[in-house]
Amino acid sequence: MTVTARPADTRRSVGSVTRVDGPLVEIRGLDGVSMSELLHLGPHDLLAEVVSLTGSSVSAQAYEYTGGLRPGDPVVRLDHPLSARLGPGLLGGVFDGLLRPLDDAGTWLEPGQQEAGGDPSRMWEWTPDVVRGSRVTDGDVLGHVIEGSLEHRVMVPVGVSGSVTDVRAAGSVNGADKVARVDGVPVGLGHWWPVRRPRPAAERREAAVPLQTGQRVVDVLFPLARGSSAAVPGGFGTGKTMLLQQIAKWCDADVIVYVGCGERGNEMADVLDDLRSIVDPRTGGRLMDRTVIVANTSNMPMMAREASIYAAVTVAEYYRDMGYDAVVIADSTSRWAEALREFASRTGALPAEEGYPASLASALAAFYERAGRVRTLGGADGSVTIIGAVSPQGGDLTEPVTAHTERFVRTLWTLDRDLAYARHYPAVSWVGSFSRDADVLAAWHAGRGDSGWARQRARVVSLLGSADRLAELAELMGVGALPGHERMVLLGGRLVREGLLQQSALSAVDAWCGPERSAALLTATLDVLDACQAAVARGIPAASVEEVDFTPVLRAREEAAGEGDESRHAIARARDLVLAEVEALG
Amino acid sequence: MTTGLAWPRVERLGAAELRGPLLVMSGVSGVGWDEFARIRTPEGPDRHGLVLAVDRDLAVVEVLEGTEGLRPEDTRVSFDGAPLRIPVGESWLGRTCNGRGEPVDGGPPVMGDRLVPVAGLPINPVRRQPPAEPVLTGISAIDALTTLVRGQKLPVFSVAGLPHLELATQVAAQASVGGEPFSVVFAGMGLTHPDADAVRDALEERSAGDELVLLVNTADDPVIERILTPRIALTVAEHLAFELGRHVLVVMADMTSYCEAVREVSAARGEIPGRRAYPGYLYSDLASLYERCGRIRGMPGSVTLVPVLTMPGGDITHPVPDLTGYITEGQIVLSNEVDARGVYPPIDPLGSLSRLMRRGAGAGRTRDDHLDVAAQLLAALAHAQQVRSLADLVGERALGATDRLYLRFEEAFYRDLVDQRKDEARDLGDTLDRGWTALSVLPRRELSMLDTAQIAAHYSPAEGSS
Ligand SMILES: Nc1ncnc2c1ncn2[C@@H]1O[C@H](COP(=O)(O)OP(=O)(O)OP(=O)(O)O)[C@@H](O)[C@H]1O
Ligand SMILES: [Mg+2]
Repeated sequence: MTVTARPADTRRSVGSVTRVDGPLVEIRGLDGVSMSELLHLGPHDLLAEVVSLTGSSVSAQAYEYTGGLRPGDPVVRLDHPLSARLGPGLLGGVFDGLLRPLDDAGTWLEPGQQEAGGDPSRMWEWTPDVVRGSRVTDGDVLGHVIEGSLEHRVMVPVGVSGSVTDVRAAGSVNGADKVARVDGVPVGLGHWWPVRRPRPAAERREAAVPLQTGQRVVDVLFPLARGSSAAVPGGFGTGKTMLLQQIAKWCDADVIVYVGCGERGNEMADVLDDLRSIVDPRTGGRLMDRTVIVANTSNMPMMAREASIYAAVTVAEYYRDMGYDAVVIADSTSRWAEALREFASRTGALPAEEGYPASLASALAAFYERAGRVRTLGGADGSVTIIGAVSPQGGDLTEPVTAHTERFVRTLWTLDRDLAYARHYPAVSWVGSFSRDADVLAAWHAGRGDSGWARQRARVVSLLGSADRLAELAELMGVGALPGHERMVLLGGRLVREGLLQQSALSAVDAWCGPERSAALLTATLDVLDACQAAVARGIPAASVEEVDFTPVLRAREEAAGEGDESRHAIARARDLVLAEVEALG
Repeated sequence: MTTGLAWPRVERLGAAELRGPLLVMSGVSGVGWDEFARIRTPEGPDRHGLVLAVDRDLAVVEVLEGTEGLRPEDTRVSFDGAPLRIPVGESWLGRTCNGRGEPVDGGPPVMGDRLVPVAGLPINPVRRQPPAEPVLTGISAIDALTTLVRGQKLPVFSVAGLPHLELATQVAAQASVGGEPFSVVFAGMGLTHPDADAVRDALEERSAGDELVLLVNTADDPVIERILTPRIALTVAEHLAFELGRHVLVVMADMTSYCEAVREVSAARGEIPGRRAYPGYLYSDLASLYERCGRIRGMPGSVTLVPVLTMPGGDITHPVPDLTGYITEGQIVLSNEVDARGVYPPIDPLGSLSRLMRRGAGAGRTRDDHLDVAAQLLAALAHAQQVRSLADLVGERALGATDRLYLRFEEAFYRDLVDQRKDEARDLGDTLDRGWTALSVLPRRELSMLDTAQIAAHYSPAEGSS
């Protein structure tokens, strides 16, 4: 199907409201209406979507506050499903859950007042990449405009192919101008796409290239591939938002779509301030220039949360189709699930676990399934990675949203309340987390000549496990009862936790850590541990080794600034200082 | 009622059904969802209600004063034609009202510049200004360790029997913002009469100075009315802040009582209960209150929120504290252990956190050394607690010399810094100096989070400890 322009608002059918119960509105007299079609309700044209059809009765979910809406109020069909306007102007923008620009809206958000779509008068520098007469198929690039620091490629719409019958010469164009004509079909800079429908790609490919997040515990222990999916469950205050914001700022993707779904307004203001002021080290522009923010805070209408998740993935898929690596970050998917539950309970649907609708699992699966690395219709390599926070009620990880999400994601970073309480940040639990991408990424590292990556990772994982087990023993019997080499394992666990895994998001030096610095810290830690084990094997008492001043390696992450050789040397010096002390024991 | 009358649009005699706090009217058409309604009976004062659902000619109304004593045949309901609105303006300052906003101070009804819906409108997140300046409370444990920031929501989590209401009242009485216009809106929900009187007395001065709006729903007032109390409080506060440019502190106590009212309505509607029978939408309902704080770009005022709640059975995973914690920006936790030390306020510093403190305290906001001192105090306290549990196992004498000093630090920390009188307002300089006094118990080498200049300026070890 071609979706090149939003169908006109024909207002051909007018029904009337019969029942209002919060966001659930029942309507009669809308003959011929189809599922998922959008409606305007009442005198203020509140946006709603058809969610069920029974006989002549239509149920709709309203995306806005329905206060004052009454039986008898008119209902108008819009003849199209919930759609996002895709085109240049998304990057750097802030939108609500229905992708309506918030930058243009007032201080207080009143129902029924915002308009979707970008600013059509904004000008762009167009450069054609095809000539008249070229043969193209859907997804092929016709030309591009510069959006922030990105080449925004204008593609042949899905379902259209043939020869380029007309193409505009290079120059300024606006959002409403046509830039080409393919097989007679005019193509502009933007088009509408129904958000619940995944955008097509030529084929799925294996997600086998790492997404560098800049967070050591992720990159070293629980890595994520481009085109993969991750979830971050954790009780309140365990650090979900901080971790997601760090990844949004520093991961090496091309485009970030950040969805604040049912969370705090102050947090959105905060992340906006940061993204607008931080310079992107890769492009020299602002981080905001590669970011699209969908802000749907907890006090904004609940049902828009449900839509915001789909709108965000659609935007990411659009940039994927241009051949970019896009990342969707959603904080928090639990608020989306709660919106599903809230609406289902109003419609009287039979509840499954904890009141959630039986369709919860399939809705979660379908959402995470929109992640993937693909060969695009135009033949490029692109990806959508999805990272979602999960906020389990009462911190109970067996609750339905957490339990189902774990099944559908490739990587899980579980945040642990005890670690957070001990101010060990990021509080990613090494026991409760996993990465199903680790093996393919090990192959990727090996393919680039780094066969040590997988070995070191395996060593750290097993070290942390053994250290935990021994710590329990030591608590029972006293550390003195353990043999020397086991005491070194305990020591190693501490070095890894404090010197490698801890990473403060507030640190000027360490908030972000590139792969080389990360590898240097890891190697330094393991070298020191090897030296300690060797010392004990030589007969040095464990207690003497434990008294060595390890501060230089523990503080190296905070003191060796930057990603260049200099910081690698500083880390090596810190390590050598400690190694010398260990050697000096005898 | 202080709502300033809009002409009733629809009026009808005779209820079709009465069930719990709900009243169902039939034969009414043209009634809108969330509309405000008045209920008249031949005897007794008018009651008030909100429309929970409309279905053809049926309207389900939640009666704020409860349905007790209503008879279907002589109940008359008139619908306002609009959601509940209240007048807003400076005239609220100095007034004392019940939980529905009706004066109980003997004065005339509160009048205002205009009517505003109590549901409020969401603030456009793009227009929000990240909070960055402190509200000083004069309470050392809060100011030093969990600084309250203008525009923040920072709840007090407590357990039955602890002095959370005293603490909240003390915050309300003492809070200040360095000379800028400041007001307090105190919303009491389910308070006992002695508690309500204590609050009134402690805030007497604020009230006399026209800096206070007091709304109190007592334990024997209608339960459902509590659904309205915080909304009225916030509507008044938003206007004082964002139109009149004042910094407004809103204290809401006890949110657990509020949530019980929400649960009661949900049960009466036969909704599917979630955890502990609270409705699934409790998160969004609480968020619709808590998110009404903040700052707005280019406007002078702010709304800062301190909700107070008791954790039933001391359980922090109970839905009320749990969902609150998921919305607010940190928490101040009161603990029985600290209370047992005879310390007031019994704040557990390690369990407490102000997430916005890093922006609202420190150089240019409070004092240069503030954030480092706070971090050092908490790190030392965490270590002291480990030492204490070790000491409980092996005995204090088996501890090393440094560890014994940590135990002395812990004592000094609670005695010199945390403990204070219920009417004592400490200035921030005094508070931070007291932090240094406690730290000075420890040898200098233990203070790794403080830099040399700070140590030189403030560290004064007692003899024999360095
Ligand atoms: N990586 C980190 N570095 C430094 N501090 C952190 C880090 N992660 C968390 N914190 C601290 O913990 C606090 C809470 O973190 P955050 O807001 O990310 O929690 P959350 O899991 O998103 O909570 P909620 O579910 O309530 O939104 C932060 O304000 C900060 O003080
Ligand atoms: Mg969060």
